[in-house]
Amino acid sequence: MAIQNNRLSTEQYEQNFRDIDPRFESSTAAKVEANRCLFCYDAPCTKSCPTHIDVPKFIKQIATDNVKGSAHTIFISNIMGAGCSKVCPVEKLCEGACVYNLLEEEPIQIAKLQEYSTLKALEENWKLFERKPSTGKKVAIIGAGPSGLSCAHVLAVEGVDVTIFEKEKKGGGLMTFGIAAYKVTPEFCESEVNYITSTGGIEIKYNHELGKNLPAGRQGITLPQLKKEFDATYLAFGVGETRPLKIPGEKLEGVVDAIKFIYELRNNGYSSVPVGDKVAVIGMGMTAIDAATQSKRLGAKEVTLIYRRTEEEMPCTEYEFNLAKLDGCEVIWLASPIKIKGRKGKVKSLVCSRMKLGEPDASGRRSPVGTGETFTLDVDMVIKATGQAPFEKLINKLKIKNAKGKISIDSNGATNIKGVFAGGDAVNGGKEVVDAVEAGKNGANAILKYIGLR
Amino acid sequence: MADLTCNFLGIHSPNPFWLASAPPTDKKYNVLRAFEAGWGGVVWKTLGTQVKNVSSRYSAVNYNGSKMMGFNNIELISDRPLEINLREITEVIKEFPDRAMIVSLMADNNRNAWHELIKKVEDTGAHGLELNFGCPHGMTERGMGAAVGQDPGIACMVVEWVMEAATIPVITKLTPNVHSVVPTGRSVVKAGSNALSLINTIQSVTGIDLDTFVPNPNVGGKSVFGGYCGPAVKPIALKMLATLSQDEVTNKVPISGIGGISTWKDAVEFMLLGATSVQVCTAAMKYGFRIVEDLCEGMSNWMEEKGFKTINDFIGRSVPALTHWEDLDINFHIVANIRQEKCIHCGLCHIACEDTSHQAIKLAYGDPYNTYTIIEENCVGCNLCQLVCPVDNCITMVEHRVSPEYVNWVEWQKRGLPLNDH
Ligand SMILES: Cc1cc2nc3c(=O)[nH]c(=O)nc-3n(C[C@H](O)[C@H](O)[C@H](O)COP(=O)(O)OP(=O)(O)OC[C@H]3O[C@@H](n4cnc5c(N)ncnc54)[C@H](O)[C@@H]3O)c2cc1C
Ligand SMILES: Cc1cc2nc3c(=O)[nH]c(=O)nc-3n(C[C@H](O)[C@H](O)[C@H](O)COP(=O)(O)O)c2cc1C
Ligand code: SF4
Repeated sequence: MAIQNNRLSTEQYEQNFRDIDPRFESSTAAKVEANRCLFCYDAPCTKSCPTHIDVPKFIKQIATDNVKGSAHTIFISNIMGAGCSKVCPVEKLCEGACVYNLLEEEPIQIAKLQEYSTLKALEENWKLFERKPSTGKKVAIIGAGPSGLSCAHVLAVEGVDVTIFEKEKKGGGLMTFGIAAYKVTPEFCESEVNYITSTGGIEIKYNHELGKNLPAGRQGITLPQLKKEFDATYLAFGVGETRPLKIPGEKLEGVVDAIKFIYELRNNGYSSVPVGDKVAVIGMGMTAIDAATQSKRLGAKEVTLIYRRTEEEMPCTEYEFNLAKLDGCEVIWLASPIKIKGRKGKVKSLVCSRMKLGEPDASGRRSPVGTGETFTLDVDMVIKATGQAPFEKLINKLKIKNAKGKISIDSNGATNIKGVFAGGDAVNGGKEVVDAVEAGKNGANAILKYIGLR
Repeated sequence: MADLTCNFLGIHSPNPFWLASAPPTDKKYNVLRAFEAGWGGVVWKTLGTQVKNVSSRYSAVNYNGSKMMGFNNIELISDRPLEINLREITEVIKEFPDRAMIVSLMADNNRNAWHELIKKVEDTGAHGLELNFGCPHGMTERGMGAAVGQDPGIACMVVEWVMEAATIPVITKLTPNVHSVVPTGRSVVKAGSNALSLINTIQSVTGIDLDTFVPNPNVGGKSVFGGYCGPAVKPIALKMLATLSQDEVTNKVPISGIGGISTWKDAVEFMLLGATSVQVCTAAMKYGFRIVEDLCEGMSNWMEEKGFKTINDFIGRSVPALTHWEDLDINFHIVANIRQEKCIHCGLCHIACEDTSHQAIKLAYGDPYNTYTIIEENCVGCNLCQLVCPVDNCITMVEHRVSPEYVNWVEWQKRGLPLNDH
């Protein structure tokens, strides 16, 4: 048993990480599906999209060969419509609400149709937005993730000069560094960022981090500095690394953070990422699934997901769960890690407590309680995917009101500091890309009001 | 299997499904394939003075992803030498003596030409003749086709010439490019035509290429009006057929129904409105001859369900149900009802009624599903909502008579009954 990289051939890596849901090959294929759409009035799909894309309209536009109009319809509600079409958990959003479900028929493939129009727009660089002349107003945005980019786009179109400060050297946020590689490629993420900024009025300053004590090569910025230079600021820095398990053995070699693991995989190339023979993944959310499936796709022999509750309570969607099952990942339900054992500083096994379900907790889900029984799993790698922790320290240092690190905002998207707004994962603690995009729009609208452009 | 045999003026065929005079019946090769597939008869592609065709010849109207909902052509009559056609007709009749062989004709506009052509065609052993008075393009400019069918006087004259020579049954094929098919229909029946068939194609422009700005079909950058057919024309053909079935002169002769027939249901509808046989062109051109299998099986199953022994048991059966507007019962009233357990909340009924009808469907907002209910006092019973509803039997129209008595419009006016009840 050992942790090692370079387990597969280039072809195998490519095969394992290619797009799991390829796009419509032809306009005929897209139109056959588009023509199934009933064109519902006050459509449930639109209502179930956090950004409220006018789904029947954009689908009808595909059917009438007005693909440009279709892309525009999508982008005015969701400038990351292309990315969302690839990463949204649609079974609990638009497609889950499609009225065909009520007929026991397959829902319309809304995401795939959305991908059809938006990819065309990206590839052919359609100019669908005209930026108003510069108003001279300046807004700073922290973080070039979905929320920051969405906010920036709305503002830029209205003639605001936007500067985004991003600590990484690439844009896209978790879209670029977090989401599973078989959903989006680095090239796609880059093209999406470029498409958004091509409207003009958006400058992204990479390697610029809000906060202090920066490692070499990174430019620091502070809130007072921003307040001086800009008319308003939007905080869209997301959330940080995985919460610690707080169990013995967490420091052993072979215990890794899912977010870091996926960051490496997305950023450094598959072959360079080490993975164990026998991997345990702690958690059953989207991140856990992504860590498990991608470990398997990197060549791990056995991957086991460990979850405290049962299938009924799991936070990931059915679709994601099926991905893990199809990749050959195992799940142990009602199990909670209590200790990681090692030898010579390296992970050797994972000890878990068997759980049972007790009374419902604050989230309404029945909370797991220990049975006193334990079991041990031989593993050489443990991936922690038990939820990301907010940047609590930073937020407190900035004196921004928060709830356990999640920034508190009022109904206008404003924080307790005048002129400072926030949205996305940094506020909601970590949801989906589409929620972050909607937050960015709302933030932008609040800022436009604040700076007197609305 | 029900008895599908058809006797059309003594022309027998094992079923009432004939191929209309068109490319599918253009030569021996096709017709043999059609008979092998099971078609009851053919009307051979129109013969006359040999012509030359152009390309392209066809165009179509697609609808919501469904191709060839309407079909259009600018073809002329047969472009093959007459002698070859005649020889092949003779050969096919020998190979398939049990099938109907009718030959479509369009001679030049003089008595001799018609007489000569009829003589030659009868020599093949054909069972009947169909006079093409309907082709709306190419031939009309030469005073033939629709130019004949559009003028009851000329049509009468030509039929008289034909009847002087013909010894086998004569069917006159009418053009729909008239305000009513009845005047020409009457005129040719009075002149001796033994039967009628309709419709030929309807003049049309199917569309324009939005890049080249040339209407289609495109013949080297130019186009002409074409003849429209296929599913799109069926309702028009049915109406025209019904007018012949209602008229006391034209309803004395058998009619072969044509226009947009693709399924056994379409065929049954034509027959319910008085057609003795039906002819098919576009559907065969789209799918090939194999469609005849379901035409036969579907009609047979339906006949058995309804207890009809032969096709004569139902031919013309729906004609009496067509009446004049003045005779409709004004006290008959229906009101829409939405069966909530079937509703999928698409809102199509609501928006149709709200925007374009009588604001009779109430919307109660829900997330994500709205609830839609009928406001009965606003509903005029137009049944638009039922038509747009995508779910079978979700919206039903429930009878709510205004009063038990039958009162028609004439009576209504006589009694001075109120108009503004809505
Ligand atoms: C493993 C994983 C898988 C996921 N899969 C999906 C999925 O399939 N579908 C889906 O819809 N969502 C998925 N998500 C969630 C989704 O990625 C996030 O909800 C979304 O990216 C949030 O957008 P954001 O802009 O708020 O934050 P982020 O995407 O996190 O962007 C924040 C940006 O701010 C930058 N930043 C952070 N701190 C600073 C600082 N101090 N100064 C300057 N810049 C800073 C970061 O580098 C980053 O670029 C997944 C998340 C993870 C972790
Ligand atoms: C390509 C084409 C050529 C046709 N040629 C003739 C013809 O030569 N003689 C004729 O009487 N009708 C001709 N028709 C009309 C058909 O016989 C038929 O009346 C018409 O197409 C309506 O039937 P449908 O809807 O089943 O196609 C032609 C139709 C098509 C499509
Ligand atoms: S029948 Fe007509 S008026 Fe009545 S509810 Fe339906 S659409 Fe409205």
